[in-house]
Amino acid sequence: MISFGPTEEQEMVRDAMRDFAEQAVRPIARECDEASEIPADFLQSVWDLGLTSTQIPESYGGGGEERSSVTNAMILEELAFGDATLAAAATSPSGFANAIVDQGSEDQKKTLLPLFCTEKFHAASLAIVEPGAIFDASRPRTVAEPKDDSFVLSGAKTLVPLGDRASHFLVTARNGDALDAFVVARDAEGLTISEPELNLGLKGLITVGLELERVEIPKTARLGGDAGADVRRILDGSRVALSALMLGVSRAVLDYCVPYAKDRVAFDEPISKKQAIAFRLSDMHIEQEAMRLMVWKAASHLEKGLDVSRVAHLTRGYCAEKSLWVTDNGIQTLGGHGFIREHPVEMWFRNARTLGVLEGLIAV
Amino acid sequence: MIEFTLSERDQAQLDRTREAALICRKYARYHDENEGDFPPDELPEAAEFYANQKPLPEASADDTAPPVMMALQSIGQFWGDYSVRVRRTGTGGLGNAALSAAGTPEQQKKWSGLTLSMAITEPGCGSDPSMVSTSAVLDGDEWVLNGEKIFVTTGIRAQGVVLWATIDKSAGRAGIKSFLVEKGTPGFEVPYKEKKLGIRADDTAVYVFKDCRIPRENLLGLDESISKKTSGGFRGVMKTFNMTRPMTAAMGLGLAKAALDFTRDELTAAGVALEYGSGLGSQTAVAEKFMRLEGLYEASELATLYCTWMAGQGLPNNMESSVCKAHAGSAVRAITQGCIELLGPMAISRDHLLEKWMRDCRITDIYEGTGEIQRLIIARGLFDYTREDLK
Ligand SMILES: Cc1cc2nc3c(=O)[nH]c(=O)nc-3n(C[C@H](O)[C@H](O)[C@H](O)COP(=O)(O)OP(=O)(O)OC[C@H]3O[C@@H](n4cnc5c(N)ncnc54)[C@H](O)[C@@H]3O)c2cc1C
Repeated sequence: MISFGPTEEQEMVRDAMRDFAEQAVRPIARECDEASEIPADFLQSVWDLGLTSTQIPESYGGGGEERSSVTNAMILEELAFGDATLAAAATSPSGFANAIVDQGSEDQKKTLLPLFCTEKFHAASLAIVEPGAIFDASRPRTVAEPKDDSFVLSGAKTLVPLGDRASHFLVTARNGDALDAFVVARDAEGLTISEPELNLGLKGLITVGLELERVEIPKTARLGGDAGADVRRILDGSRVALSALMLGVSRAVLDYCVPYAKDRVAFDEPISKKQAIAFRLSDMHIEQEAMRLMVWKAASHLEKGLDVSRVAHLTRGYCAEKSLWVTDNGIQTLGGHGFIREHPVEMWFRNARTLGVLEGLIAV
Repeated sequence: MIEFTLSERDQAQLDRTREAALICRKYARYHDENEGDFPPDELPEAAEFYANQKPLPEASADDTAPPVMMALQSIGQFWGDYSVRVRRTGTGGLGNAALSAAGTPEQQKKWSGLTLSMAITEPGCGSDPSMVSTSAVLDGDEWVLNGEKIFVTTGIRAQGVVLWATIDKSAGRAGIKSFLVEKGTPGFEVPYKEKKLGIRADDTAVYVFKDCRIPRENLLGLDESISKKTSGGFRGVMKTFNMTRPMTAAMGLGLAKAALDFTRDELTAAGVALEYGSGLGSQTAVAEKFMRLEGLYEASELATLYCTWMAGQGLPNNMESSVCKAHAGSAVRAITQGCIELLGPMAISRDHLLEKWMRDCRITDIYEGTGEIQRLIIARGLFDYTREDLK
């Protein structure tokens, strides 16, 4: 069936997240951007909502709720409506945990999942992006060479979220011709973790680079163990998640521009009465609606276990292009004021440009 | 639940649509090049096609709602051709939609068997229907109609028309009413068919009314009052757009989908790999551009299905119908024009249908309210503005 009706539960979760975003996220967004830091108690407050732990099976200490990618995408949209940076930071542990739930070996589940089921915020991260031009997540330059009972990882990663505190990294690498992922502990020998990186957007989210210099890890550290894993699916899930963030940012811009345009007077009338402005905001509305429907479809395909590579790819491409357009034109709608950091629009623009080129980070 | 899969029955229905569409496609070029020659009401293949139809699987709770299926079937049908049909059944003129939205029960009974066109546009007025100048003057128990209408879809085939005319020009929109007029009524003439860029097999006609007399009860909805508050006739008819706009979007999307499918096949045959999930740096420029067009299509199709889904749920979808129409209007232009760019010189040959699809779907952003008019409607919704606030 083709249907666009959220379940009652989804509506409840969405409303709750909308309130949370308004009360707890938006008010601190600018501060975090300026300070390039997110207060630990904010991350803890999202952790207390149980977004990560409830979706981990009971046998590993979690809440055992069935994970819905659609619900998660809705949560991300709402949180990102508050602020995409805070949304990404708060949900980045889920990206790691969900990969283990879906594709980890029994051994990996047993040792790693309980980490996310305590009351204290716990960071572990996807390490997917690599430095240098022509980066392609499906063709990492990081390589994993089998050696006796271990793999030797060599390469570099960048934009690893919360890498300053993450206990583990899920590192994607080329294993022969195959795309694989490996669990690497923070203290692995040969792993160097950089100082926090300085980025254009998502500034509050601390990201780091990883240098992997012949990091030797046991065979069992390969995601899924001997059976291996479908790493593309993790990438797909991350593309949907990033798209949901881009959607949330775009909605924030529209929501900010509508009252602004009605209020701002030029040439004797509100600028909202000028078609050049009004039509632009119409297009913002059209695009945020289109983005949402694409995110829903891709998330639903993920949730149903259908092949989602194509849809996730198209969704990400669409959301990247359109969210950039929306945020860019958000600035234009405010004119010079859009350029000033007193208003959040320039921050949303930087965040959209940043999200649009990222991979990994989070996943639904 | 939010989901995007098709039931067996949904799929079987769409397979049927596709089969019919493939038959229609065989005649597409002929009717494009022979504008004067109407597609017949029935193609030679019709009898065999219907006789061999496999029965549909049983209906189930997993089936997609009818309005959504209607949009999908429309996409499938127009994927074949814009105007040619295996067999034309039912009425299905734009005027019929207006009749069912605003007609009295007696009017529905009397007129619903006829194919009705809808004539709003005039030489001097299109986007702003409140400027309609065709007049209706009550004379005893008859309305006397005078004026000219242009661009009337199904204008030749239709057996009657829902005609927009003013009963009091000074009253603006409140004075505009719709009238049911049967072909053959003295004073109602159809002088010629328009010559067009595309959808050439569609009979788009000009109507002229010269002292054309119709019974008083032919006023659609029977509301003769001119108070602003009760301009119900106008509103009622405008409301029909909430379902016709997504259907119009679907029609254009069918053509865009045809263009994408053709282009994908040609690109694949030429050795272009479409690697979904690979980074920009690993794509060829052609593959990357093609995927963008596919994304545009996906977004547009979803917006259209969403709007029809809302209609099926009985939810107000005024904004959404403009959203999907505006989105599709831009998308199908970009897609078909982009497909020609991607395939290069081969694409302009009339040996293929791609150039025709580009011409055909250009109408999507024009009729049923241009893209600009849809954006006006959306902006009014966003700002909570009236027509007077923003026009
Ligand atoms: C093939 C075909 C079939 C059609 N079928 C029918 C039919 O069955 N019945 C019927 O009644 N009509 C029909 N039409 C008419 C169609 O609906 C009109 O052409 C359309 O609404 C635009 O009106 P117009 O051509 O007068 O353009 P105009 O109204 O003159 O518009 C010209 C341009 O100005 C823009 N514009 C107008 N007003 C505004 C505004 N307020 N703000 C910003 N921009 C504005 C328009 O978007 C457009 O770009 C058909 C047209 C065609 C070509």
